[in-house]
Amino acid sequence: MSTSAPPPPAFGISPVERGLETVGAWLLGLLWILPLAYAVWTAFHPSAFSTRFELGAPLTLQNFVNAWHAAPFARYFLNTMMLVTMVLAAQLVLGTLAAYALARFEFRGRDLVFALILLQLMVMPDVLIVENYATMNALGLRDTVLAIGLPYFASAFGIFLLRQTFKTVPRELDDAARVEGASGLQVLLKVYVPLARPVYLAYALVSVSYHWNNFLWPLIVSNSVETRPLTVGLQVFSSTDQGVDWSIITAATLMTSAPLLIGFLLFQRQFVQSFMRAGIR
Amino acid sequence: MFRLADRVTAWLLLLPALALLAAFTHWPALATLWHSVMSTPKKGRPARFVGLDNYRGMVEDEVFWQALWNNLIFAAGTIPLSIALAISMALWVNGRIAGRGFLRLAYFTPTVLPMIAVANIWLFFYTPQYGLLEQITHGLGLPSHNWLGDKHTVLGAMIVVAIWKEAGFFMIFYLAALQGISPSLAEAAALEGASRWQYFRRVLFPLLMPTTLFVLINALINSVRMVDHIFVMTRGGPDNASTLLLYYIYQVGFSFWDSGYAAALTVVVLILLGGVALFQFGFLERRTHYR
Repeated sequence: MSTSAPPPPAFGISPVERGLETVGAWLLGLLWILPLAYAVWTAFHPSAFSTRFELGAPLTLQNFVNAWHAAPFARYFLNTMMLVTMVLAAQLVLGTLAAYALARFEFRGRDLVFALILLQLMVMPDVLIVENYATMNALGLRDTVLAIGLPYFASAFGIFLLRQTFKTVPRELDDAARVEGASGLQVLLKVYVPLARPVYLAYALVSVSYHWNNFLWPLIVSNSVETRPLTVGLQVFSSTDQGVDWSIITAATLMTSAPLLIGFLLFQRQFVQSFMRAGIR
Repeated sequence: MFRLADRVTAWLLLLPALALLAAFTHWPALATLWHSVMSTPKKGRPARFVGLDNYRGMVEDEVFWQALWNNLIFAAGTIPLSIALAISMALWVNGRIAGRGFLRLAYFTPTVLPMIAVANIWLFFYTPQYGLLEQITHGLGLPSHNWLGDKHTVLGAMIVVAIWKEAGFFMIFYLAALQGISPSLAEAAALEGASRWQYFRRVLFPLLMPTTLFVLINALINSVRMVDHIFVMTRGGPDNASTLLLYYIYQVGFSFWDSGYAAALTVVVLILLGGVALFQFGFLERRTHYR
């Protein structure tokens, strides 16, 4: 978000109009935050108050304790962390190499290769679940964290984003490094990668939040506590334990979203900027 | 001609990414086509060529038509409203409104939360008798209504969740675009005696067109891809009233284990996505220029 002052009011807007608009914006804002506020209320109060809104209602952390013990959430957290780290590392390495080739090398078939890569923007792994499941089965990888991440290792989006960035690096910097005897790979690491740091950060935030939240494919390939990420774990927890009360489910819900939510609150500016940067092409 | 060493290096750099893309995007897309004309392999009975049988079955499958129709309604209900809201949000947050820091936060928060988690919250929201919505309608003296249990309201309830989840995400792109528009345009329009609405209609909205088209593509793809909330809230019910295409593929492929038919259904989704791609390259590329 730019830090520049908002534009001066160019149009003669009456105070009434301005007031109405502010009320509208705030109503929408409150409506948008309401589900989260509701979840926070329910999770931090005894279940007797889950739908009774009284100022004096006692606060409690018991719901979180109960949820934590009701399902192996510690393991789910670990699985999600492993998944997110693995996917991001692979995406950054593979994306950097491919983007460098596309941005700074000339070879026959480059445009075709680029088009084939961009195809993944439309045909995402998310819709090829049936075939990819068969592939994982054939590879003997079913029910592994690797299988959850593998289809996402090569990311068209990441390659595209980095290619655009690398293309803006002045040729002179590249040439200067080469004159000093740097090899192609050294040029990439010493010149291109440092200059693209903001883009890497932007991409990392988008990728981490995408894979932290991803559900359908992990649901299909994972089948045990040892591999399930948080989203699938939460779904198994809230759908099988019919006896579980709402307070505990909302506590679990908040728990699974907490790292992203806290990260977002702390780095709000970077988050919004990243999504912005990643989206503009 | 290009230097040989350079060409080799380039292909080596591309190799890992291309191999993985081929294995998990290109191959499965082609294999889907092939498997859609094969029967589902069973014990002792390998898959055999059945021609268009799977597609014939699809034409007669009422659930398929319902899922397709639901998906169209879901897209038509979600996309225009979330785009309109996104533009309003961006204009507000970009202007000098009181508390814009909080508003930006409130609008954007749903984007970072996992759909599977917020679906749990919304489920509680919609729950008959206990849910918040029910308490509000009860407080207003309205009759009780099971929003997710009634096949006339369930899809609408899903659309509301989707709009809530997406509008803040789209807002970001409009915000970025608005910040690139010079304030002198507004001043000029005001000097010419234009009203704010005229300025929006004649100047701002056309300038935001590339953003709108970009957001539209994303929204179209999302309307195919977004099914997580169905697992939590309705499981496609009641009476398949909230079944979307991808959810149906999941059911056919992993509950009924009918991989041949699931492949045929996937082909339909691929055709729909191909349509979006054609729209983007045929229509968009000509009208908007990328950096």
